Amino acid sequence: MTTRRIRRTTGAATTAVAIAVVAACSAPTGGTDAGAGGGGSAESVVIGVPSEPDTLSPLLGYGKDGNSKIFDGLLARDADLRLKPALAKALPEIGDDGRTYTYTLRSGVTFSDGEPLTAEDVVHTYETVLDDKTNNTAKSELDAVEKVRADGDDKVVFTLKYPYAAFAARTVLPIVPEHLTAGQDPNTGSFNTEPVGTGPYVLTGWSKGEKLTFKANPDYWDGAPKVKKLTMAVIADDDVRATRLRSGDLDGATLPPNLAATFKNDDGRTTYQATTYDFRAVTLPTANKVTGDTAVRRALDLAVDRRAMVDKILDGAGRPAYGPLPLDDPWYTKDVERPQNLAEAQKILDRDGWKAGKDGVRAKDGVRAAFTLYYPSGDKVRQDHALAYASDAKKAGIDVKVEGATWEVIEPRMGEDAVLAGFGSTGDPDFGLYTLLHSSLAGDGFNNMARYDNPAVDKALDTGRRSQDPEDRKAAYDDLQRELVKNPGYTFLTHIDHLYVLADRWEGLTTQVEPHEHGFASGPWWNAEDWQPKK
Amino acid sequence: MARLVARRALLAVPVLLVVTFGVFAIAAASPFDPVKAYAGTAALGADQETLDRLRDNLGVDRPFAVQWWEWLTSAVTGDLGQSSVLRQPVADAIGERIMWSTLLCAVAFAVAVLLGTLLGVLAARRPGSLLDRTVTSLSYSLEAAPVFWLALLAVWLFALQLDVLPAGGLTDTGSEHVTAGQVTGHLILPAGVLAVSQLPWFTLYVRQGVGDALAEDPVRGARARGLGERTVLLGHALRSGLLPVLTLIGSRVPELITGALLVETVFSWPGIAAATVEAATAVDFPLLAALTTLATAAVLAGNLLADLLYGLTDPRVKLSEM
Repeated sequence: MTTRRIRRTTGAATTAVAIAVVAACSAPTGGTDAGAGGGGSAESVVIGVPSEPDTLSPLLGYGKDGNSKIFDGLLARDADLRLKPALAKALPEIGDDGRTYTYTLRSGVTFSDGEPLTAEDVVHTYETVLDDKTNNTAKSELDAVEKVRADGDDKVVFTLKYPYAAFAARTVLPIVPEHLTAGQDPNTGSFNTEPVGTGPYVLTGWSKGEKLTFKANPDYWDGAPKVKKLTMAVIADDDVRATRLRSGDLDGATLPPNLAATFKNDDGRTTYQATTYDFRAVTLPTANKVTGDTAVRRALDLAVDRRAMVDKILDGAGRPAYGPLPLDDPWYTKDVERPQNLAEAQKILDRDGWKAGKDGVRAKDGVRAAFTLYYPSGDKVRQDHALAYASDAKKAGIDVKVEGATWEVIEPRMGEDAVLAGFGSTGDPDFGLYTLLHSSLAGDGFNNMARYDNPAVDKALDTGRRSQDPEDRKAAYDDLQRELVKNPGYTFLTHIDHLYVLADRWEGLTTQVEPHEHGFASGPWWNAEDWQPKK
Repeated sequence: MARLVARRALLAVPVLLVVTFGVFAIAAASPFDPVKAYAGTAALGADQETLDRLRDNLGVDRPFAVQWWEWLTSAVTGDLGQSSVLRQPVADAIGERIMWSTLLCAVAFAVAVLLGTLLGVLAARRPGSLLDRTVTSLSYSLEAAPVFWLALLAVWLFALQLDVLPAGGLTDTGSEHVTAGQVTGHLILPAGVLAVSQLPWFTLYVRQGVGDALAEDPVRGARARGLGERTVLLGHALRSGLLPVLTLIGSRVPELITGALLVETVFSWPGIAAATVEAATAVDFPLLAALTTLATAAVLAGNLLADLLYGLTDPRVKLSEM
């Protein structure tokens, strides 16, 4: 008996010692400006993101919209999404009526392995992306390119098949070193996990599913970053991410509105709310007798309460969407804003012959005003949008049946049934609008899911794509947005703000207006290389 | 013993063939679209030409039997192929991860077996006692608790409320290097959760086995000969009672692997289990087949180990007859 007691005591003591040791090892360092080396230093930052890239190779699409941390493109974007020179010395010279773009490379730029950047690296990068054997999902974004060639060591000339006004914005594409990537399979080669670029950071480790670690590139052409260590922790679950942020394991994290709100009164942290191009909309297929009817479309457009969706579903972290462009986009047309107007919706339907039946649901020529609205199952935000939409539609006499399903189920039905979809491309109105609305792309993959067919819109899109004159382009996109009010093939609902919580150790941080996807390249860490420690 | 191992190894070959063929067949029949899975969210913005090109490049339209045969003939020469979803060779993908999964599962399993045996013995020596009822009811409760729920609860309690253990990852999140000390610290929660999820079975089996053994004639005879309680309990009853546990060890290996899938996800543990989920939903044949082969081999090895231990532990069992 005595022996047993001694052993139990020893066991308990051992456990206590082990816990103490672990606590000492893992307890987070508190306090701001605690000095170099600790978790509290402004020289390092640990960010929690919901997902990691499939690859770190720009040849397969990584970083194609900029902010890759490891690479630079010929051009880059500033906080207001304006193009500025990066690897190129200046914005491109445009010649031959918009069909040639000539870039002159900045001199003295090297990759992080010491090799110099040359025009051949640029040519190799674009040619590999354009190669049919490369599994790049965004290859069609460079469809305008007919040829790209080096003109000496420091000049790159793109020849386009047709004038393409927005082409410069496509040259944000990161440049990879030819000497490392030319000899391997771009689809499964080691460059996918061991990238080398000209960018402000160098990858020091990628523990798949756990984290990516970066260190500052001391020889970065634009000056070595002040933040010397950058870690992206991959944490899929929102609650776990919030938990680790609270425990101090993370310095910053991407969070949904309800969890970000729990940090609102935290003295040591700031919540950044980034406005976005990320919108939610209902596709109204043209081939469906109900959703293809212009009067029904307009009625739905007026019946929805966008403000309530923003306030209730998004907890205020968002804005009403009156079209695919957000309110703060320079190409946005302000006069398309329209508040909820249920009476007008009912009037439109009455006038067009959609009469209410006994159950309140309207019908016309024997066709009942009813359709099915799918949302991808598991996405609560879209589910809530779909339910709110159906509720508003009901008030106008339209019966919307809401169903959750996987994309495998939804995809074959997109031509006939409505879908709660999410889109949003930054950079240029051409990028998001053309693929969303042009009739030539109706039903092409996930482009133009509603099979929208409007000649006036097609004309505006083509003008916006081909013309070099900003005023012509502005007029075209104004026409387009007004036309979308007359025939709304999509009911645009909300633009979703993205929320980020970050420790207060740096000053002057900003966010960009963000695309649909967010994680690495978004949030206040879009330009971690420019962060300045607080004094 | 050598003959038994050799026979099991020979039997493993057709088992692995059938399993890998089955994996290819089931994956081909699944509704998942490998092109959509490959492209991720980019698929939702891609045009048909791009989707068709990816489909052709990834070779997803070839009959699964052809794909299986090509994979098999490459695999036997050591070339496990290319993982489309992870964009790297399968051998590299597994090599990066397998050590961490092995570490997690081995530690969890060892803790579950040892602690389960201890608790089972303590519960069995006094049936109906407070300890017995506590251990038994807790075991039944834990048996019913989903492993991911235990994981989230553990994170909430130890990482958030008490703040004594890291919430996830392999090392401290801000650390660049993998050190034994950090891995040990970060292993405690995931391995603990996985161990706790397996613990009930071992506890209850040992309790039942030892309890039954205590009522048998050999134990009664041992007591009659005046042997000490400790000797009776550990030397006689436990030895007999462990026989069903050895069988359980073999059958719990698959559950351990399944539990690791969820634990690795919750704790961001960079192991092989999380890659399995990705391979399955992406219909990534080469990666999925390799991982399934590994899991099947682990199950076969677990069962073989159980049988070997059976023979060593129970003199009545002859290895030559198995």
